[in-house]
Amino acid sequence: MSIPLPMAGARTVDLKGVRRRLDGTQGRDYWKSLEELSETPEFLEFLHREFPEQADDFSDPAGRREFMRVMGASLALAGLTACTKQPEERIVPYVKQPEEVIPGKALFFATAVLDGGYAKGVLVESHLGRPTKIEGNPEHPMSLGSTDAQGQAAVLGLYDPDRSQTVRSYGEIHSWQEFLAAVKPVLEKQKAVGGAGLRILTETVTSPTLARQLLDLLIEFPRAKWHQYEPGSADNARNGAVLAFGENVETRHHFEKADVILAFDSDFIGGGPGNVRQIRDFSSRRKIRGEHANLNRLYAIESSPNLVGSNADHRLPVKPSEVDGLVRAVAAALGIAVEGASTAHAAWIGPMVKDLQAHAGTSLVLAGESLAPASHALVHAINEKLGNVGKTVTYSAPVLAGAVDQRASLKLLVEDLFANKVELLVVLGGNPAYTAPADLPFRDAMMKAGLRVRLGLYDDETSDRSHWQIPEAHSLEAWSDARALDGTASILQPLIAPLYGGKSAHEVVSALLGRERTGYDIVREYWQSQLGAVDFERTWRRALHDGLFAGTAYPEKAVAVTLGDWTRAVPKAPAAGLEVSFRLDPSVGDGRFANLGWLQELSKPLTKLTWDNAVLMSLATAQSLGVGTTSNFDGQVESGGKPTPQGTITDVVEIKLGDRSVKGPAWVLPGHPDGAVTIHLGYGRTHAGRVGSDVGFNASVVRVQDGFWWRGGATIQKTGERRTLACTQDHWSMEGRNLVRAASLEEYEKNPEFVKEMGEEPAKDMTLYPPHPYEGHAWGLSVDLNSCVGCNACVTACQSENNIPVVGRDQVGRGREMQWIRIDRYYAGDPAKPESLETQHQPVMCMHCENAPCEVVCPVAATVHSDEGLNDMVYNRCVGTRYCSNNCPYKVRRFNFYLYQDWDTKTLKMQRNPDVSIRSRGVMEKCTYCVQRINEKRIDANNAGRPIKDGEIQTACQQACPAEAIVFGDQNDKDSRVAQLKAEPRNYGLLAELNTRPRTSYLAAVRNPNPEMPQHG
Amino acid sequence: MASPAPQHHHHKRPDERTHQAEADRLIAPGHDFGTVTDTISKIVLQRQTPKGWWLGFAFGFCLLQLMLYAIGNLLFVGIGTWGVTIPVGWGFDIINFVWWIGIGHAGTLISAILLLLRQEWRTSINRFAEAMTLFAVACAGFYPIFHTGRPWIAFYWLLPYPNTMGLWPNFRSPLIWDVFAVTTYATVSALFWFVGLIPDLATLRDRAKSKPWKIVYGMAALGWRGSARHWHNYETAYLLLAGLATPLVVSVHTVVSFDFATGIVPGWHATIFPPYFVAGAIYAGFAMVLTLSIPLRKFYGLEDFITMKHLENMAKVMMATGLIVGYGYMMEAFFAWYSSNTYEEFMIKNRMFGPYALSYWALILCNVVAPNLLWIKNLRTNVTVLFLMSFVVSVGMWLERFVIIVTSLSRDYLPSSWGLYAGTHVDWAAFIGTIGLFITLLFLFVRFLPAISIFEMRTLVPAAEMPEEEEK
Repeated sequence: MSIPLPMAGARTVDLKGVRRRLDGTQGRDYWKSLEELSETPEFLEFLHREFPEQADDFSDPAGRREFMRVMGASLALAGLTACTKQPEERIVPYVKQPEEVIPGKALFFATAVLDGGYAKGVLVESHLGRPTKIEGNPEHPMSLGSTDAQGQAAVLGLYDPDRSQTVRSYGEIHSWQEFLAAVKPVLEKQKAVGGAGLRILTETVTSPTLARQLLDLLIEFPRAKWHQYEPGSADNARNGAVLAFGENVETRHHFEKADVILAFDSDFIGGGPGNVRQIRDFSSRRKIRGEHANLNRLYAIESSPNLVGSNADHRLPVKPSEVDGLVRAVAAALGIAVEGASTAHAAWIGPMVKDLQAHAGTSLVLAGESLAPASHALVHAINEKLGNVGKTVTYSAPVLAGAVDQRASLKLLVEDLFANKVELLVVLGGNPAYTAPADLPFRDAMMKAGLRVRLGLYDDETSDRSHWQIPEAHSLEAWSDARALDGTASILQPLIAPLYGGKSAHEVVSALLGRERTGYDIVREYWQSQLGAVDFERTWRRALHDGLFAGTAYPEKAVAVTLGDWTRAVPKAPAAGLEVSFRLDPSVGDGRFANLGWLQELSKPLTKLTWDNAVLMSLATAQSLGVGTTSNFDGQVESGGKPTPQGTITDVVEIKLGDRSVKGPAWVLPGHPDGAVTIHLGYGRTHAGRVGSDVGFNASVVRVQDGFWWRGGATIQKTGERRTLACTQDHWSMEGRNLVRAASLEEYEKNPEFVKEMGEEPAKDMTLYPPHPYEGHAWGLSVDLNSCVGCNACVTACQSENNIPVVGRDQVGRGREMQWIRIDRYYAGDPAKPESLETQHQPVMCMHCENAPCEVVCPVAATVHSDEGLNDMVYNRCVGTRYCSNNCPYKVRRFNFYLYQDWDTKTLKMQRNPDVSIRSRGVMEKCTYCVQRINEKRIDANNAGRPIKDGEIQTACQQACPAEAIVFGDQNDKDSRVAQLKAEPRNYGLLAELNTRPRTSYLAAVRNPNPEMPQHG
Repeated sequence: MASPAPQHHHHKRPDERTHQAEADRLIAPGHDFGTVTDTISKIVLQRQTPKGWWLGFAFGFCLLQLMLYAIGNLLFVGIGTWGVTIPVGWGFDIINFVWWIGIGHAGTLISAILLLLRQEWRTSINRFAEAMTLFAVACAGFYPIFHTGRPWIAFYWLLPYPNTMGLWPNFRSPLIWDVFAVTTYATVSALFWFVGLIPDLATLRDRAKSKPWKIVYGMAALGWRGSARHWHNYETAYLLLAGLATPLVVSVHTVVSFDFATGIVPGWHATIFPPYFVAGAIYAGFAMVLTLSIPLRKFYGLEDFITMKHLENMAKVMMATGLIVGYGYMMEAFFAWYSSNTYEEFMIKNRMFGPYALSYWALILCNVVAPNLLWIKNLRTNVTVLFLMSFVVSVGMWLERFVIIVTSLSRDYLPSSWGLYAGTHVDWAAFIGTIGLFITLLFLFVRFLPAISIFEMRTLVPAAEMPEEEEK
């Protein structure tokens, strides 16, 4: 039966009426139809009746049925559309599908992120033009496929809604053109005087293009000056190299070749331009396969506990003032003529030096930046003496462009500023108003400059004092280039057009030169000039594709140490009183990452604090100051403060250093040397953004040039104030439980099955439920506790991959942090004796138990087992009883107590991984073994008609892990890496005695202590 | 039915004997059918609502508003306003749930088991004990729904019903057993209570003076005329319901204890839980009956019906169950040691000396030490002491659930994940709010329904014994 059309039927148009109407009109009187024109009653009726024709059918039963049918359908459709009102948006569909873009399929682009100016190669995952996730670039020598936590967070930095968004002057919004117009007369004036009043301040620069541009600028303005400053600069290392070799060189350490390593206050794991590669190389010597163990041995002498100390086989905590003397003691013991050798800790130094000598050529000695330049020089001499040079230590030309002593450089600039010599100050990046040492008050000095121009990612402390703030393009949205620690050059390519119209340093310098060019042209032209026009396009494309210019690593350079006066210059004795160490924060660095929630909420590797820095001290020091310690019923000290349900309360102390002072919460860090404290930089920001402002205290207000990394003579007093900190792990001890299983190499060789004796696993049939066969894949994960260094890269990688929200200090204090993977940190030894302390790191994610305690108790079957052994979480089904979490012995489940996800901020929406659902309020969530990655590879394999290859699926934590400590795969496939690791004698299940049969298993740690060293505890 | 056999007092002096006889009475002398009916129905039928009632009701109703606040806060802001956290995923919510459910137990015990055991002394207290059960279950029922992250779906996804998703609840989960146990309990208790009310509703219908009340009570009385056939059917139905309710006394709290006992949390995973929870429930329930009956008999002048004998019997039950509970605590500690399981050992040590040690020792004081005072007859028959003791026991039983839930969860297997818990102001608002709900409902009950079973009390007056003896 056909439906009659509205205009059908026997109706006639009144032509006469039409003519009559038309006759009476003048000009352009539009009409839509002849009926309208004639104003026939039929038309009027049509206008006023909704269903003109069909309504008539109502009187006839058959017609009425038809009418109801049509009405029913249209009502149903109306109902459907009414459910979600579509916003009125214009869409422009692809006319031609862009090459390679398949909706739902991610593309990866090679680029690099910067760490202290150095490049770390990355691959950026991009969904339909949105960069969403950072992975390491396997081709890049400083990544080898891995990243660190800060690298992972770069993508959050890109989308940070608090970034500087427009050109501003005195708080007013302006345009780039207006800026150019404003700066032009000043530049012209400077041109006339050769740029005598022009100063450029940058951070550390490795970009060959920027270096060339700055040189061009200095040619154009011969009397202008280029200054560099970064609060974490390697001045001491640079000056030490100059002392030792007469020239600055870049030092590279080859941990994979080192049998014995001695680190003097060096944090080669926690930070620095080479940390990712260094962890890879270091942990490659901590892998054990079966009986074969070729373990390295790490000695750490440290004045401020860090990850190197926690991974060391022998750790000697000493006051900062003692370290230089101990370097001399080691040098003297090796027969290098030095004065001022310390005689302390001879029982420790003696056998250690013997061990170094026994491994001449395969040993490695490192100096941290906090050591005096002479100590750096001595360490070069020690390596040379041990025959390590050319083997475990190599040298090359410096990678930094125009490497200078940055503290001296900033000092010069501040002096010029106070002398009113600066007409135009251009600050490219950095945040010197916040980071400058207290005795170089850049924040006051810069006010003396005639015109202050600032290029910055944020409207920060320095922008606040500048005339012009130019929004800086993020490294993921601008063209640039940079060199890695070994000299390898990479192109930084934009993944997205600048979100806020930001400019790169290249573009700003180009504008200052009066040649306004795009970043792309600038960078490309530089490389064309370097590589020549022949075949350039291919080389350029290759470099973009690979993320590096092959063969640009600097060649090894032969240098020899010349012992000079510096061997005789005795380190000066520190002033009496407590000593204060300054370090970059392990999460937010020098404060540049302060506004990134992922990093603020990342619990620091040793203190497990989030959202704050603290005055770190040993138990004895804390007790002598009478501050924040608490003990449990065994009399064992438990935490840096007093744990409460809302957070950990601790005492605020005031540190007086000279005539400067700062207040901060005291925190007990086991293993910290007595008589000294550590404070971390990067906090106490006032203009960081909504996340990072007014968090913690600013340590640089007591940091001076001559006490850049440590200073003695401090007095510390309890103020009586108290603060609540958010610590994710208050408890120090394993309480005698075999959670992290460890043995010495000797014990392991005697009894490779030692882990089996540390806990029993019930028989497989000890369950009421019938066993599941797992015939297809059986996903499993292995974590090697001997390789894991506790660096936190996995935590941020997981947060980025799985759209995990940031909850804030208050919620973390209440135990509601959301990260799906955490790194548990336990101490063994006597907290009152810092030297006896051993630290263990244990990454804990969902165990995907085969007998999962969470699954039986869920009343609505929201957490169920897959036939491949995954413990699946069905968010839609979850009602939020939290029973599963109560019954989870690993406490890996995370609950959305509030609506933690940011549903409103547009840029943050762009960051989200479209393959992972956003969880809402009242829902439980947890590690899924990156099920979205499993399914993606499963689809790929199915399409290609092949089985999934081992190693094809990498979980986010595994992919980021620089130590390759996490291996995921099919444990049913006997040849898979994970199956082989699980067959290792060191393999054990955490709390396996509960018969949970975890799919995540651990490989026990095997430490390699020197039996000749003094024993503690 | 005869009153309990007279005891042998030959060693006692006469004045003591009189005192003893007085204490043994279930109803004061001088009452006949009429006075019993008058005294009890008067409370309901009096035209003037006493000022004291208004005060009490207003107090309860004000507290009830806190519940409204707590629910609104929960729905709009999220359960994050409660103190629950990871690792302590349950706090006040489940503590209060178990506490209220436990309180409800005395009602069923008095109604059903004591009826079947032909304990006449239950007669004057069963009605409001049953009402108390219902109201306590209503208070308890609030928590399992609203303690979830998404209560708007929890209230029906927890129920088994055929749905388009083809999904059933997880029948392996003790929470689902809870759903069945509690709904069954609520249904049977309500039926039992209502059936017990029918003859009295008819009395009220007959005595009500205003037309609307005649209609209301008349409809509720379901046409009861008191014929022999009615009474016959009634007695059968009541006994059958008592039979149905009896297993519930044991089953409900057994199932509630499964929430913990089937979990693997140290301090939860114990076979002793079911009997020890049931004993604890009766303990708490009798404490609450005492808390309510003492003021009730005082303010409505019902000392003749709720006699010292009643109070003393309840005190005895309370003390007996208290001792069972004490045994439970002892066995918990013993097995923690005897199992030589690290986690269990730690758990009990942590309870006794850990961050919540104060709660543990307060609980021991309230639940184990204090009830032993009731061995002394003078204290057991002292109304003030009993009233205070009933509060001590209620507090102690609340602390027991706090200790079991919070201390066990706060420090379980991995020391890395330990954390502390405290209720927030919203938790307290919800708790006090449910107390408000309880008080409000009780006041409404006392005002509109006979708080003591009229027809059952009538069987206790001396006149009622005559025909029985004649029949024999």
